[in-house]
Amino acid sequence: MTNISVSGPAIPVSLERSSLGVTLRNAMIITRREVRDSLRDWRIIGPILALTFFFPFIAQFFANQLTGFVANYGASIIADRSIPFLLMIVGFFPISISLVIALETFVGEKERRTLEPLLSTPLTNTELYVGKSVAAMIPPLLASYGGMSVYLMSLVLGSLQWRPPGGLVVQIVLLTTVQALVMVTGAVVISSQTTSTRSANLLASFIIIPMAGMIWLESAIMFLAPDAESPNGIGALWAIIAGMSVVVLLLLRLGNSVFNREELLGRQIDSIDLRRWFRRVWRQVRAVGGKGLPATSPWGWYRHSVPASLGRLKGAAGVTALVFLAALIAGVVIGLQPQWRLPLPQGASLTHTAGGIGDASALVFGSGGALSIVMQNWRILALASLLAVFSFGSMALVITPMVYLVIGYVMTQFALAGYNPALLVPALAVHGIIEIPVILVATACALKLGAVITRPPKRQTVGQAWTVAFSDAVKLWLGIILPGLVLAALIETCVTPAVVQALLGG
Amino acid sequence: MIEAIRLTKDYDDFRAVDAVSLDVPAGAVLVLLGPNGAGKTTIVRMLTSVLTPTEGSARVAGFDVVTHAADVRAHVGVLTEQHGLYERMKAVEYLDFFGQVYHMPADLRRKRSLDLMDRFGLTFALNKPLGEYSKGMKQKLALVRAMLHDPPVLLLDEPTSAMDPQSARLVRDAIVDMQRDQRTFLITTHNLAEAQHLASAIAIIRKGRIIASGTFEDLARQFVGDPLMELRVQGELNGLASEMSDLVTVEDEGANWLRYRVARPVETNPRLLQRLIGQGVPVVSLAPLSQTLEDVYLQVVEEDEAKGGDRDEHLR
Repeated sequence: MTNISVSGPAIPVSLERSSLGVTLRNAMIITRREVRDSLRDWRIIGPILALTFFFPFIAQFFANQLTGFVANYGASIIADRSIPFLLMIVGFFPISISLVIALETFVGEKERRTLEPLLSTPLTNTELYVGKSVAAMIPPLLASYGGMSVYLMSLVLGSLQWRPPGGLVVQIVLLTTVQALVMVTGAVVISSQTTSTRSANLLASFIIIPMAGMIWLESAIMFLAPDAESPNGIGALWAIIAGMSVVVLLLLRLGNSVFNREELLGRQIDSIDLRRWFRRVWRQVRAVGGKGLPATSPWGWYRHSVPASLGRLKGAAGVTALVFLAALIAGVVIGLQPQWRLPLPQGASLTHTAGGIGDASALVFGSGGALSIVMQNWRILALASLLAVFSFGSMALVITPMVYLVIGYVMTQFALAGYNPALLVPALAVHGIIEIPVILVATACALKLGAVITRPPKRQTVGQAWTVAFSDAVKLWLGIILPGLVLAALIETCVTPAVVQALLGG
Repeated sequence: MIEAIRLTKDYDDFRAVDAVSLDVPAGAVLVLLGPNGAGKTTIVRMLTSVLTPTEGSARVAGFDVVTHAADVRAHVGVLTEQHGLYERMKAVEYLDFFGQVYHMPADLRRKRSLDLMDRFGLTFALNKPLGEYSKGMKQKLALVRAMLHDPPVLLLDEPTSAMDPQSARLVRDAIVDMQRDQRTFLITTHNLAEAQHLASAIAIIRKGRIIASGTFEDLARQFVGDPLMELRVQGELNGLASEMSDLVTVEDEGANWLRYRVARPVETNPRLLQRLIGQGVPVVSLAPLSQTLEDVYLQVVEEDEAKGGDRDEHLR
């Protein structure tokens, strides 16, 4: 190949990169254009104006009527609680438009084929994503804040003379904002994975239904919360705001990783070919080495393929181990709290309890012995894996670590009652030496299945990355987790009771 | 200026582009020819750093398409297959927006916009919403957008497909002018006459693979033979064909004409004419019979099919 002499463009193109300021400045170029475009669309402007300037007066009229009506029956508390509730509704209606704009902004552009010229510019994926997301939020949020202001003004200046508690107003404004953020960031994820507005609208029900449920919950809290009149706002609403902020962060991360040129242009049709997908998964499960050749023997598979999948799980396994440790410590800390202490007999001899070990096992795991233990562990790990997929991996780190929290708590109670907590060690360690690593691997698989979609490895789409994670999970379940659970259960039913009995002298 | 080494793109099990290598120096025009679905647009997208190659590498304007994607896109002007204009905007706003994206100062983007709109005869529509533009006007505006930041490399997908002959001529002239200014072009087109007119080199792509490449003359020689000439004389030929056989290969003859192939017409034809005139043969005309890119293209595709290139090699 010949050497290439680079002649720069006649007009110098500045490529200042990697600072937040530059990213935001570039994103704002997109935002300005998008907002201007939205404000030229009567389908967006019409509802926004109506919801900003017309709907608040309806809400205020309704509040007036309700106040008068319930006052006749001495139930003024209903009116008092309805007024802030209506403030929330006045704020929520306009932000529902943000969903429409977000879906239209992304998938609409794809449909109109206007996205490719934009993707061919030096703007980064993050700049495009941030610029478009902010653009989808600005008009509805302005309408929402405008509507709430109009409603509050009409209340303050109207016959009700209602003065809103500052904390509650701040909460409602924040709730409205995080709800808009959740809807827009969720819509971005949906629109980047679909090829038509029709399919995006259908999938948007995955946002609308939970959000509707959330509004119900918030309404119930506003009516029923014992701290509804608190000047600092309602505690449960603060918790919801915090929870939704975490969801926003996760969705932002997910949105940023799925909003990439490859995904947007590579996907041409929405089609499902499950047979092909399962074939690919099975191929990866059997694959040995980088070229994906199938293993020729079970030994070869165990020697090369399984370690490769374990290697890909390193990060997730590290996080899981830390969370297990944290859960154990949390169990100890909780156990030390006086209000959580168990009334165990102090310093009693444990020798006489040894004979009851078998009965206790039967009570916990039923009469099925090892099979019951395997089924119990399988149920928990399967549930954690399933929920992890829909919670960006977080539920994997909630469900299984609970066991370690309980162990930490029980050990503390043992120690506080004057027993040697080391006595518990053989009861756990004999089978735990296999079971704990197996559970750690299974939890790490679940964590990765959920978390990988928020940041797929470089040069991989979300779908490809998830398929690899799923294939690894299947491989590790077949190769390590299921055999490990069976072996640990056999030890737990046959060996552990004998060891514990021997140690306790029973 | 454009250098690709075994560029490959897979979509799952489908290989859209298969080990394509290109080397286009500054100031050259490479025309990519091929049927729909051959992989031309995928190549353009990889060279614009919009798609990441599965295998192989490419450098555009000196920047690697994977590691310096933003630099590549800053130095490339792209006319996409779909023009993708924002129909509620006016041309002046539209170009201003893209000028901002390329970080052009306000006065410069205004000047460049006006100059280019004038060059392509669109000044009258500067303040018209793009939704009201005709198809040809939209294509010209998309071309203006691609040229706005005066990039050293332009990747144009079907640049004149929707244009009337006059507009297409304007675009071709603009390309030739920019080529003189050492701008490099990669053009995909189905318009073979236009390709022949503009191309410094041609690559014919089929099912993701380049099946022939070179200058038009090279390709014509390789696939349809040496240039074909037609000689007409006054009266009968009287065995002229056999007398010329030491210099040229006679392909066909009639009562007062014959056609021959010659490897180096510039050298051979003057000698031949000298000999004929010396022998007193009344030559009426000697002219090349035009070989078109269409002949070459069809021959290349036919040969590839015969070699088995028609089997579904798109599947890995």
